[in-house]
Amino acid sequence: MLLGLDPSIGAILALDGISSGIIYGLVAIALVLVFAVTRILFLPQGEFVVFGALTLAMFQEGMIPGTVWLLLLLALCATATRVFDHLRCAQPEGMLRTVVLNLVVPCCIAALAAWAAPHKLALPLQVGLTLLLVTALGPLLYTVVFESMADASVLVLLIVAVGVHMASMGLGLVFFGAEGFRTPAFWDERWSLGAVTLNGQTVVVMLAAAVLLAALWLFFERTLYGKALRATALNRLGARLMGVSGPLVGRLAFGMAAFIGALSGMLVGPGTTIFYDSGFVIGIKGFVVAVIGGLASFPATALGALFIGLLESFSSFWASDYKEIIVFMLLLPILLWRSWGAAVHDEQEE
Amino acid sequence: MKTPRNLALAGLAAAIVLLPQLSTSVFWVTQASYVGMYALVVLGLVLLTGVGGMTSFGQAAFVGIGAYTSAYLCTAHAISPWLTLPAGLLLAGASAYVLGLVTLRLSGHYLPLATIAWGISLFLLFEKVSWLGKYDGLSGVPPLQLAGLGLGGPNAMFYLIWTVLLGALWLTSNLLDSRPGRAIRALKGGCIMAESMGVDTGRYKILVFVLAALMAAMSGWLFAHLQRAVNPAPFGVKMGIEYLFMAVVGGAGHVGGALLGAGILKFLEDQLQVLAPLLFGTRGNYEVIVFGILLVLLLKYARGGLWPWLCALGRASAAAPAPFAPQGAMLARRRQPEPGAPLLQVAQVSKSFGGLVAVDAISFDIRAGEIVGLIGPNGAGKSTTFNLVSGLLRASAGSVHFQGKLITGMKPRVIARHGMARTFQHVRLLADMSVLENVALGAHLRARAGIGGLLRSMLRLDRADEAQLLREAARALGEVGLQHLRHERAGNLALGQQRLLEIARALCCDPTLLLLDEPAAGLRHLEKQALAAVLGELRARGMSILLVEHDMQFVMQLTDRIVAMEFGSMIAQGTPDMIRSDPAVIHAYLGAEQGEMT
Repeated sequence: MLLGLDPSIGAILALDGISSGIIYGLVAIALVLVFAVTRILFLPQGEFVVFGALTLAMFQEGMIPGTVWLLLLLALCATATRVFDHLRCAQPEGMLRTVVLNLVVPCCIAALAAWAAPHKLALPLQVGLTLLLVTALGPLLYTVVFESMADASVLVLLIVAVGVHMASMGLGLVFFGAEGFRTPAFWDERWSLGAVTLNGQTVVVMLAAAVLLAALWLFFERTLYGKALRATALNRLGARLMGVSGPLVGRLAFGMAAFIGALSGMLVGPGTTIFYDSGFVIGIKGFVVAVIGGLASFPATALGALFIGLLESFSSFWASDYKEIIVFMLLLPILLWRSWGAAVHDEQEE
Repeated sequence: MKTPRNLALAGLAAAIVLLPQLSTSVFWVTQASYVGMYALVVLGLVLLTGVGGMTSFGQAAFVGIGAYTSAYLCTAHAISPWLTLPAGLLLAGASAYVLGLVTLRLSGHYLPLATIAWGISLFLLFEKVSWLGKYDGLSGVPPLQLAGLGLGGPNAMFYLIWTVLLGALWLTSNLLDSRPGRAIRALKGGCIMAESMGVDTGRYKILVFVLAALMAAMSGWLFAHLQRAVNPAPFGVKMGIEYLFMAVVGGAGHVGGALLGAGILKFLEDQLQVLAPLLFGTRGNYEVIVFGILLVLLLKYARGGLWPWLCALGRASAAAPAPFAPQGAMLARRRQPEPGAPLLQVAQVSKSFGGLVAVDAISFDIRAGEIVGLIGPNGAGKSTTFNLVSGLLRASAGSVHFQGKLITGMKPRVIARHGMARTFQHVRLLADMSVLENVALGAHLRARAGIGGLLRSMLRLDRADEAQLLREAARALGEVGLQHLRHERAGNLALGQQRLLEIARALCCDPTLLLLDEPAAGLRHLEKQALAAVLGELRARGMSILLVEHDMQFVMQLTDRIVAMEFGSMIAQGTPDMIRSDPAVIHAYLGAEQGEMT
């Protein structure tokens, strides 16, 4: 026995660590995706996770989730911005399409959610609705906040992202209140494997992550949009010259990030109580994981995620007061390790 | 001196003296004390973010270090607060140094990420460690005593805080207006140019980060003794973000922006606490929403913050620069090698990028007093060769000797120290600095360096050295014929003038060998003539020059010898006349046999 750790506790901690590691990995993958495509270090990714979990919780309670109002607000702002652009450039052609995409579609989603809320639909339907609702926030957020400043420096974009984080965390409090929620598990089954109990939700987390990764792989390898994202990540200007629209890939990346965020929120919700302000810490842990992967490599990110998840669950056993500190301060040695290989003053000039 | 800066400082000092006397309520004095403490932290962020181009969300953690160090030592060990101050500063400075060392070698966005993680960790540590009082913190911190006089009252602390802040403002603006200050201001414009002028950018980045942390820790110390108690709440990442918010609102690029931003935030905070619940009800923390949205809007529509806007309103910063009279002794100059002595030997140098061989075993040499041209069609590997000589790229094989010393593998700033100075194909200037300051950056290596030099500039004891540097810069500007544009903003110059400015900056390094990377590219006819005249004069003075150039006529009329390249290899070498008639060169440029040409 190692410091009071017997095999069955070890196995429980390991399972726990793997499932939270998977969540951090999903957050990190969204962060890497958004950073590679738009150069935005998207700190508010954690808020998408929270919005996902708490929107589902509201549906469970039979209430209209506040994200509906946020969706309407963003839709109005986005439509105003885009229509203004059309008028300024005197290009009325695409106007109808713009209004449909930015206003009509979000309004339909919001109306559907508002109608469905009091009916307490079956869980899978609520999950689908939550995904729809939160995913729709992503592209609109990009249009309203980031699209017009796509050429700003990484630093400025980061500070803007922090501003978005502050605002959305504050809105989270308004929408969902200060109390925390747990969402229902997707699968209530439990199996005893010797001393360890494997529950259905853990299996769902693993399966969902596997399906998502496979889907992402297919998307990036087999579809034109996926290739457009990869091209933009490799060479922004080159991709633009080849006809890849900057705003389009930005919106697409944000949509995917919001989707992944909402999904991870509903996966983590049954195991952990989620509060309106839980997103920040989840987002930062995602960043620690993403930095292990150098903000670029997906396989290294996946390994990093498992490592951070396990580290966290084992340190909660030995030093539960300090588990967060241990995870966050780990960033320093990771950075040190990364800086050994890096070229000095690797910077984005010209 | 009656500069606008000194007048502003004097006005501020008068306002500070008067406020507690005029104000009837303690409330305003206390609010002003908070503004002062915030501004001290934000001043560090201005230096870091607006001037140095880095940023930190973890300044609140450094404030916490200053506050907790003093509170703990005073309460648990009864140590005098005047001794806990240096302890807090040391601790904050050392942590910033380590944090900077680890992150600043990487790209710019790792520092802010690391500071977030650092900020959260320290905050959690304050909450969990029992001898720091956990969530309750430490209370019973003694008031400051000065010569038997208690500084416990709000007025006394107000005076102390604002004296410290004024001192920090003075030191910071002195620093920015000096040799190390120019190096710090160069960090934001990309480090390649600064490194080529001999600036150790890595060291300056860490230095700025440490300075910012020290100011934050100082503010924390004041905080602990004003509140007479500390708890974790004001030192979290939320506060760290708010400090950055103040810098962005006030104007991150200006020392005055710190003061303005801190004042605005305190005002907003007070107003929102009263107004928001009235307007929206009590469920929610509207302050955060408003700050978040304001931050986004400001960066979208007014990235410079409010200070420049205020200055434009009051025309304060548009005041004419102080008249410039060259004074001070001339700087010592390097001993130039005898004409004809071997200066540069490039031997079998190659460079490959992955599978692509950009430069393949190039050899040539330069003697003192010679002007050698490097020519070739696009993609011939001229600029790569040039960067191999100046140290910007590391050769895959071969060696470069400069004045008998092997310089392959040396960093550009070390090579600059040995007497090689360069210009850039794409002009690299600090557009917001004056022409004279840009040129003075070239003389970076020719003045007192190290911590001593830094302290001297902060205390403004460097004026004699500074006068020498500026005089040297003015002389170099005279040599290229730009003396009349001294105080112009460098970004306002025409391209031809900017290229001349780059040459003046390189001359300011007092080089033995001048490397010019396509100086005539993109110039109009008259600008080319002016450039040729300057280079002709330099040649007459015996300056050795390596010139990469596209314009054949320009090269032919100026150079003693020419090295011609194609596809990474040397195809010919000799006097301009030999090159003009060399069949390989003609083929490379025109793609035709000599016979077919006529």
